[in-house]
Amino acid sequence: MALMSAHRLSTTSGCGVPADVPRLGYVRGRRSDAPGVWTLDIEMADDAPCDFAPGQFNMLTAFGVGEAAISISGAPGGERLIHTIRDVGPVSHALANLAPGDPIGVRGPFGVGWPMATPGSDVLIIAGGLGLAPLRPSIYDILARRDAFGAVTLLYGSRRPEDIVFHAEVEAWRREKKINIELTVDHAGVDWRGHVGVVTGLLPRVQLDPSRAIALLCGPEVMMRFVGAALTEQGLDATKIFVSMERNMKCAIGHCGHCQLGPTFICRDGPVFTYERMRPLMSVKEL
Amino acid sequence: METLEQMLGAHPFFAGLDPSFIGLASGCAHDVSFAAGEFICHEGDAADRFYLVREGHVALQISAPGRGVATFLTVGPGEVFGINWLAPPYRWSYDARTVEKTHAVALDATCLRVKCENEPALGYALTKRVLPVLIERLHACRTQLLDLYGVPS
Ligand SMILES: Cc1cc2nc3c(=O)[nH]c(=O)nc-3n(C[C@H](O)[C@H](O)[C@H](O)COP(=O)(O)OP(=O)(O)OC[C@H]3O[C@@H](n4cnc5c(N)ncnc54)[C@H](O)[C@@H]3O)c2cc1C
Ligand code: FES
Repeated sequence: MALMSAHRLSTTSGCGVPADVPRLGYVRGRRSDAPGVWTLDIEMADDAPCDFAPGQFNMLTAFGVGEAAISISGAPGGERLIHTIRDVGPVSHALANLAPGDPIGVRGPFGVGWPMATPGSDVLIIAGGLGLAPLRPSIYDILARRDAFGAVTLLYGSRRPEDIVFHAEVEAWRREKKINIELTVDHAGVDWRGHVGVVTGLLPRVQLDPSRAIALLCGPEVMMRFVGAALTEQGLDATKIFVSMERNMKCAIGHCGHCQLGPTFICRDGPVFTYERMRPLMSVKEL
Repeated sequence: METLEQMLGAHPFFAGLDPSFIGLASGCAHDVSFAAGEFICHEGDAADRFYLVREGHVALQISAPGRGVATFLTVGPGEVFGINWLAPPYRWSYDARTVEKTHAVALDATCLRVKCENEPALGYALTKRVLPVLIERLHACRTQLLDLYGVPS
């Protein structure tokens, strides 16, 4: 299976600029995409943003506060860089609260992204919470060349209906009917007319043909563990299931060891890996 | 027109069950339908029916004083609810309300319990089908309790 043009990096980033020095960008737009979740629209000061593969990430700097790994959530090939950030701690808080006109540092893109399917294959995308952000570029890519794929399904689990990120856009995709979409939430009031329950509960609704399907998973690690196990039980080979892993990052170029998970460096060898490779590591406590 | 026996045989809950058992169970079955928003049962009522959903969706809900009504699970085609029929005190532990127009097969609980007592092999076969549903729901419930999509404190 051919990987998309994902980059394995050492000292230069995807478009050849030094990987250890942030480039300057400016926030041009900021939009709320769920409570505590903000999407920034960034214009690079010197040039267009680097090309990236769906699933890759940048290191974003909030000047004077720090740097964090943030996946690219916009469409490949765009003039602006799009990132979606959940305000959970000091750096993400500072990033998420940047206002239009504020400067921001960008290093990247880094890592190995999602493999896009061999022609004709079915794609099952399973996201949990903010995990939809790193998957959104792959959905844009699929929609842009829809005929190259077989059945495409998005299963998406959130905490509550109001926490569904990109909700209006997801509903627009649903109306378009180019991909099958099933949403579920963990908790809901009476107004919610959709599904309630864990995301694995949606799997029986998918006609999975293990001989022609690949699955792309992104969300909390526990969720990916359970979904990976359920999919292999349904006959999908672990080499055809892909998971996006998260660990704290510092250098993002395979030097510092901060993101090490067993024998792999998430920043350099991932963040997207086969479930086959991650399965043994995911079940080791505190790794 | 589809017979109750055929409806039961086509439902995943009964998949692979000995046809003679399906025949026995169908003696307790009713073809039922509910309008959107209709309550099928209320918490605390006698669990006198076990439902196999064929079409539509049903929200299982609990109301908590001061916190409103919360849906903790929705069940759809091919799924079941009302497992309380099998264990004392045979009472519903939640409200079930349709999200949309819903068709189901309802099995009369007393009738089914009597048949299970008289034919232990039927009781064992049904218990073996109920247990995986229970395990799956317990597991799902634990996962929901973990509040995975929230921010760790
Ligand atoms: C490859 C990769 C891609 C990422 N993509 C994104 C992205 O697109 N958007 C985004 O918002 N974040 C993303 N992250 C996570 C982000 O880098 C971290 O949340 C980072 O730690 C934020 O730094 P902080 O100083 O704000 O919070 P910290 O001080 O590092 O953490 C504060 C609190 O938040 C918790 N926390 C940290 N990360 C997460 C998380 N991901 N989910 C829930 N709780 C968390 C911590 O346990 C801690 O309790 C990504 C991480 C990696 C490795
Ligand atoms: S972040 Fe330094 S090695 Fe990965």
